[in-house]
Amino acid sequence: MSEPHSATISVLVRNAPGVLVRVAGLIRRRGINIHSLSVGPTEDPSTSRMTIVVDTAPERTELFAKQLRKLVEVLRATAIDGTPSVDRELALIKVNVTSGTRMEIMEIASVFRANIVDLTDRTMTIEVTGRTEKVDAMLTLLTRHGIREMARTGQVTLVRGPQNT
Amino acid sequence: MARQATVPLKPRAVPLKPRATPRAGRVNGAQALVETLRREGVQIIFGVPGGASLPIYDALYDAGPLRHILVRHEQVAVHAAVGYARASGRVGVCTATSGPGATNLVTGIADAIMDSVPIVAITGQVPREVIGNDAFQEADVTGITMPITKFNSLVMSAAEIPQAVHQAFYLARTGRPGPVLVDIPRDVAQEMCVPEFTDEVTIPGYRPVLDGAPNQIAAAVKALAEAERPVIYAGGGVIGSNAGPELTALVDGTGIPVVLTLMGKGALDELHPRCLGMLGMHGSAYANWAVNGADVLLVVGARFDDRVTGRVKDFAPRARIIHVDVDPAEIGKNKPAHIPIVGDAKRVLAVMAAQARAPKIESWWKQITEWRERHPFRYHQNDHRISAQYVCDQLNKVTGGRAVAVTDVGQHQMWMAQWYRPRAPRHFITSGGLGVMGFGFPAAMGAKFACPDETVVAVVGDGGFQMTLQDLATAVEHGVSLPIIVLNNGALGMVRQWQSMFYGGRFSSSLLRNPDFARVAEAFGARGIRVERPEQVEGALRAALETEGVPCVVDVICDPDENVLPMIPPGQSVAEMILDE
Repeated sequence: MSEPHSATISVLVRNAPGVLVRVAGLIRRRGINIHSLSVGPTEDPSTSRMTIVVDTAPERTELFAKQLRKLVEVLRATAIDGTPSVDRELALIKVNVTSGTRMEIMEIASVFRANIVDLTDRTMTIEVTGRTEKVDAMLTLLTRHGIREMARTGQVTLVRGPQNT
Repeated sequence: MARQATVPLKPRAVPLKPRATPRAGRVNGAQALVETLRREGVQIIFGVPGGASLPIYDALYDAGPLRHILVRHEQVAVHAAVGYARASGRVGVCTATSGPGATNLVTGIADAIMDSVPIVAITGQVPREVIGNDAFQEADVTGITMPITKFNSLVMSAAEIPQAVHQAFYLARTGRPGPVLVDIPRDVAQEMCVPEFTDEVTIPGYRPVLDGAPNQIAAAVKALAEAERPVIYAGGGVIGSNAGPELTALVDGTGIPVVLTLMGKGALDELHPRCLGMLGMHGSAYANWAVNGADVLLVVGARFDDRVTGRVKDFAPRARIIHVDVDPAEIGKNKPAHIPIVGDAKRVLAVMAAQARAPKIESWWKQITEWRERHPFRYHQNDHRISAQYVCDQLNKVTGGRAVAVTDVGQHQMWMAQWYRPRAPRHFITSGGLGVMGFGFPAAMGAKFACPDETVVAVVGDGGFQMTLQDLATAVEHGVSLPIIVLNNGALGMVRQWQSMFYGGRFSSSLLRNPDFARVAEAFGARGIRVERPEQVEGALRAALETEGVPCVVDVICDPDENVLPMIPPGQSVAEMILDE
């Protein structure tokens, strides 16, 4: 088996009690570590989309999607591996500021096209959207200012073009 | 265990509370449940009542031909439902109350998912308004059973019961069969409703693929026809989909040798000349050698379990693998398939049998025959200590392989798998995947309820039998004719064997000081026979098989030093097979 890597699996589920637990539980008991799992409604109010990023060997990804398809509430499970896709994550980052660092942090935010959504004399909260790597890169720059708190949504993904995810 | 039961069930001359006036079609949830079960064709339910399921039991009180069998432990209810389902092919049904009742079903539900057995478990739940409050006898049973059910649901209104239960039966028996649990709060069972019964099931995320892709089947047929050393490896899926006749037709048409998994025993008549019996850890040497040497391996309704494959990369190392399974997630799970076919075993084998051409495999058969003659299963029966294998061999001879043999788990299970040669599917029932001790006797009782006209015989070890033998009371109460052969070696035999082979003979907690099982049986009102000498074995087996109207426990005192061989040690390959002591 080759090295573990991150795989993205998009799962379309029916909105029913316990679905999230069923999906997350299946992943757990197959011994796979979850990087991120995001859930939200789709264009059809009776369904939700889960985007799951897991550590798994490439040849296991499709097998894992097959296991997910066995769940009765799972309508689709797509292993997005190599398919061109749009991947986004949103993060809120609350960082320490002083009068001396405020301008520098605002510059960082501007470079990353991030929005400043809250500001006090000691803190600044920045909203950033992008690929996970972009969020990570910005965090690296902000770390030396002292990150007080952070919340990330985890990755959401859609396949590019007319093809269904 | 305390179960809330404050309302006396019988006699019931005066109901405690007048029934709600029956207005047009209005019934309570429990009555809707019973009616749904009737519409599903359920004839028998195994269970134990309790506080949260009392409304259901009240509805069962006048449920007419729908029989409820009161067992003494919920674990027995679920194993009996499994035995019922496996012997008959119908959906087995069991029921328990909330909390401890429901958690006692867990082992049997896990057994059913591992062996793909269609059962429906109905559990009581605490009333809706106290769910999540740690109420008396509350347990999150849908949460607990999520990983071991094909599907489960908590029904939150009486009107939903018919649909939920109908869907449960549909899910249990279609596609890859499995256990489904329906959890019904007590107040939902009491709530009045106008039930709507429907035969329709619409589950958007559930579409089992039953017909194999024709081009893949054609490729498989071609591969088999061109093979020089083909083998068919048939598992429990062949029996579950009633594909025995189709398998036989394919074998008769092609002459290809067949090996069977523990779950697949009986899929092909084991006296069929093409049948090599069981493969795997304790399979025959010739079955394992055949698979090891195969150039094409047709795997049907089997899942490359580690007890079959040993070290996976060394399993069938030279074979092109054709894998037929109704569950797409099984294909490529443990061993990559060169020709994957998703579909129902019966349908796929029917097409294959119709298209098949016989390969030229005379020299392959010559080789297999030589292996078979050189290394048959063998045992040594001396004058004083009874060989457990001798008992299994005698049972096979006395019944002609025509009885439904149900085993528990351990050494006796493997000896039965080696020596008992069922002539038809559904005639060998055992806990394969989960390996549940305590399974044998309850499952045999369930099988006998399912097939009262068949001879059913339970073969158990002294360890496993003591896990569920209290239900001799149930079998006696219902006049169940059931021989129970205890292969009594005074030990947890398989544990003892592993300790002897891999732990330097340090028998840590594996030796048992047993009761006299024959006298235990008599205390329950059953018949008991104790067998201590080899020459008594055959007569005792015949006497037990002829006993009518009560179970007959035959306590056979066996040689504790006997090991199950051949054996491929765990995680190793055919090359490491231990053939003899």
